[in-house]
Parts: sequence; structure tokens; C-alpha cells
Amino acid sequence: MRKILLIGNPNVGKSVIFSRLTGVNVIASNYPGTTVEYTRGQMKLRDEEVEIIDVPGTYDLDPTSPAEEVAVQMAREGDVIIDVVDATNLERNLNLTLQLLKDGKPVVIALNLWDETRHIGISIDVDRLQNILGVPVIPTCAITGEGIKELVSELPQAKANSFHYDQEKRWEKVGEIVSQVQKITHRHHTFLERLEDLSIKPATALPLALVSLVVIFSAIRFIGEGLIGVVFEPAFERLWAPLMMQLSKLLGAGFLHDVLIGRLVEGQIDFVESLGLLTTGLFVPIAAVLPYVLAFYLVLSLLEDSGYLPRLAVLVDSVMHRLGLHGLAIIPMMLGLGCNVPGAMATRVLQTRRERFLAATLMAIAVPCAAQTAMVVGLVGRHGATGLGLVFGTLLVVWLTLGFLLNRFTKGESPEIFVEIPPYRMPYWGALLKKLSMRVKGFIRGAVPFVLLGVLITNILYSLGIIQFIGRLAAPIITGVLGLPEDAVGALIIGFLRKDVAVGMLLPLGLDLRQMVVASVVLTMYFPCVAAFAVLVRELGVKDMMKSAAIMISSALIVGGLLNLIL
Amino acid sequence: MTTVDLTQLEEGKSGRVVLISGGHGLIRRLESLGIRVGKNVTKVSSQLMRGPVTLRIDGFQVAVGFGMAKKILVETKR
Repeated sequence: MRKILLIGNPNVGKSVIFSRLTGVNVIASNYPGTTVEYTRGQMKLRDEEVEIIDVPGTYDLDPTSPAEEVAVQMAREGDVIIDVVDATNLERNLNLTLQLLKDGKPVVIALNLWDETRHIGISIDVDRLQNILGVPVIPTCAITGEGIKELVSELPQAKANSFHYDQEKRWEKVGEIVSQVQKITHRHHTFLERLEDLSIKPATALPLALVSLVVIFSAIRFIGEGLIGVVFEPAFERLWAPLMMQLSKLLGAGFLHDVLIGRLVEGQIDFVESLGLLTTGLFVPIAAVLPYVLAFYLVLSLLEDSGYLPRLAVLVDSVMHRLGLHGLAIIPMMLGLGCNVPGAMATRVLQTRRERFLAATLMAIAVPCAAQTAMVVGLVGRHGATGLGLVFGTLLVVWLTLGFLLNRFTKGESPEIFVEIPPYRMPYWGALLKKLSMRVKGFIRGAVPFVLLGVLITNILYSLGIIQFIGRLAAPIITGVLGLPEDAVGALIIGFLRKDVAVGMLLPLGLDLRQMVVASVVLTMYFPCVAAFAVLVRELGVKDMMKSAAIMISSALIVGGLLNLIL
Repeated sequence: MTTVDLTQLEEGKSGRVVLISGGHGLIRRLESLGIRVGKNVTKVSSQLMRGPVTLRIDGFQVAVGFGMAKKILVETKR
């Protein structure tokens, strides 16, 4: 099968074109480096089935990060290249185009973001550009689908190109082409451009960032709590609970009842405490966690698509340098707040092994995922805001302190930030909702089976007395150091499978506030869940992951022990 | 005409890049994002505590770390 590659600078819309061509949905956002791994899809060109590959963006065929290495390697393998060019930044984009043409492969150029050129006063003579380069040039607007048909119709007859230039004088050639095809007219500044200035100059940007953070977290809480209180809890209490009570009577006491329904609390089903597959096993992922996941990803997607994240990266750069990272490392951290798996993947935008080790370790230790956060808010939040402040405050302090120490004691230097700041764009609702539904579906597919498995294993371990046994063995640490009851060891075991179930398991233990805080913090820190662990091993390698795991376990014990002493 | 590095350039002021005092790797990296000798750049902002410098080149913006910004010399009109 012939391979058609989508190649271009970061953040020019390759992933959107890919989705248009193949119908395969991939995450697209408004910041450079959203795609860190290639995605394959297929489409039919006349009678021929071809493979389309979405490649991470690169500025140059001389890579500087693992994500770019993928791009450069792939570029050599393709049969046809669709070079996606940002029409609003012709000069910089043509630099890569000329490098791609050098290989002599068939190239078709998609002049994307075409609609934006009109808004900002750029006009490009497409025919002339096509004549100079000797390859088809198609203006496109991927997000609305404009020009995609024309692009597809050029693919079957794409031929090897015969554009020649002197490699040493590439920039001169680029300049020459741009001056021939592009005209820029003066125009007034738009509202979004004013906002761009305000959100990058420190005097206004720092207050703006603080306000944004408050708005973001309030919005997530408001939407999450609203969905739980108005939709999900009533649905479970009024519709599902009566059904389950019927089933409970039908089954009678016994093993099957214990597994499916779980323990009745005062003759009733308690969706958090009962620990049955059909009660807690469904309630935790769907009613307790999903609303927050939905709220979080809605807000995150808005942030991603607006173009704010790279600006946030610039603002926090100085702080991140103290942690051996640079500003861009805020992106894996933000994604990690949703789920540590994409968080770990996103460390690929960082250039050096050292940075990726530091970022991945810090994220795995101190950044709780949305599923865990939702359960902590639900359980610790019952004791008021103090408990929540203690849990998340501690994690923030750990993140800063541990980052500072790791930077001190890990060999090597970390490079500086160097990133394109995209213009603000109004999020496009169709694309945003598609992305949201992909992430939510991904959560349901990934979470529900694991939560059910977690609940099942818990039931089996309890009924066989294994948790009690391990609890007694681990008592010196669990009780002695952390001040938790022996039974809490069950949560630590299940925490490896799913952290949200683990937090839920704390409730029947009747912990006081101090113990709740210690347990929540330790559960976040001590080890990633199995899904995140698998990705971390792949991204860091076994040796670095072992180092990272040793740091996780020891820092969890130290911080948990300290909290137990102080509180 | 005076020559300053990008950390010294005033916010809102423009200059023409005259020298990048770094190795081949740095020059190539800056080049790939459009920063090269002869280009006009405008400083949009700088951050506190030796933070990155944001530049506007042609129609787009780039954030450059403080150390890198120090290595980029521009010529400005008084």
C-alpha cells in the first residue's frame, strides 16, 4: 500500500486534515507539539487503497526532540508527501518545503489556514507559487473542510518534483519566492491581538493568569458538581438503586450477592461503600468520576484550542527552571491533571532525556489525575475545604520541593525554552466537541473495565483474607509511619490498578481528617496506576523507571510520615 | 545606530539581527523558526527573573529563553 504522509511545521493543522481525509479522529489543538507520535489511517483514492500518516510537526529536517525525530524518520519512508503549509507564515514554512522538495519525492502542498490570510491582510498568488515550485498548491481551510476535495483529487497524479536550488542559499531562495508571491496590506489590530499582548506582558499577564486559574477551577467544580448533583446521583439513587434492591432480594445472601451488590449498609445500598460490581463498580466511574472528567476536558480543550497554553509556558518559565525544566513542561503537567498517560506521552516535546525524566517523575508523583481528584474532592471534601487545601497544597509543595532537589542531584543541564506562540483563535465548537467526545469515550473505555476489575479483585482479596494478612505484615509502615489502620493497605494495593477505586475504599474505614489527608497524598505519590506505569516504562526505559519508582516510594513515605507527625 | 542583545532591547522596539554568537546548532535552530541575520524583529515582552523574551518576526511570535536571547545581537536606530 502506498504511504501518503502529512508533514509540516508544528501547529499548522496536519491533524485536522488527517481527520478529514481518513475519518479517524486524532487530538488537534492550538499549540505546537500536540501530536507527538504518528497516527495511521486509510482512505480510498479512486480504486487504490492508500495509507495516510499524520506525522508530528517539525521546523527542519534536522530534529531537536523525539517528536521531531519521528517526523524526520517518517519523511524518508513516504511515497507521497502532503506538505501542510501555514499560509499566514509563508516564509518560515517554505524553509521546510524546500528541504522536502530536495528529496525529489512527489509533493502536494496544502496551503492551510487560508481563511486567516484574508483576515490579517496577506494575499498569496497561488498560481505563481505553483509555477515556481512545480508542484500542486491547494488553498485549504481544514477546520471547515474547504479545499480538501481539491487536495484529494491532486493525490493520484502526484509526480516526483524537479525543483532545484542551491542548498547553501536556501533562505535566499525562500525570500525570493515570498517576495514574488506574497503581498501584505496594512490593517488595524484586532481584539484578539490586543489580548495577545496583554497576556504576555508580565504587568498584565500575571494577574490575568491568576484570574484565569481561578475561573478554570471554579468552572470545573461548578460543572462537575452540577452534573453529579443534578444528573448522575439522582439517576443512580432513584432509578438504579430500586432495581439493585430487587436484585439483592432475588439473590439472597451469598457469594454472588457479595460480588454483584456488595455489602448493604443499614439494609440499603451505599454506592460508595457497598463495593459490589453493579453498585460501586458502576457508580464510581460513571457518577463520581465521569462528571469531573467531562468538566476538566471541556475546560482543557478550550484552553488548548484558544492558544493560551504556550503563553502560560512563557509565564512559568522562570519557576520551571528552578525545577530543571523549562516553561513548556507545564503542558505535560496540565495534561497529567486529566490523566497521567497522555501527560507522560507529552513529555516528548522536551528535548533532553534529563528533562523528560524530571518532568515524567514529577508528574507521576505530584500530579493527581482527574479520576483521583474527583474522588478526593468527594471524600475529603466532606470534612470541608481545609482537608482539600491540605491535600492539594501538600502536593504543590512536594512538586516544587522535589523538583528543586531532583534538579540539584540529577546530572546535566537543561536547555532553554524556544517555542512559537500561536495566535489566539476562537475555538471551533464542532472540533472542540469532537475532541471532548473522543476523550470521554477514551475514559469510559479505559476506566470502566479497570474499575470493575479493581472492585472484583478487592472483593476476592478481602474474602480470602489476603488484604488483612498483608495489612498485618505492612503494619509497621502503614500504622507506625503513616498512622493509618491496617486495612488501608487494601487501598494501596488497588491503587496500582485504579486510584479512584482506591480512594473510594478509604471511606468504609472511618478515617479521621488527618488520616484522610495522609492517605490521599500517599495514594497520589507512591506509584502510578498500571496504565500510567506502562507508558512511563516505554517513555523512560526500564532503568530510569526503576530510579523514578524508588523516588516515588521513598518520597511518599517521607511526606506521608511527616504529615502524620505534623497534623 | 547601536548594537544591543535582545535582553537589552526595550519592549516594543525593533531591531535588525546582526549577529548570533553561538555554534552551528544554535544558529540552525533559531533559523528554522525564522530568526537569522538580516531579519527585523520586534520585542513584545520580557519576563521577570531572567525569563524568556517574546519576539515578533514577520507575522508570528516566538519565545526565546533568556540565555539564547543574550546571544542574539540586534542593531537599532536611536
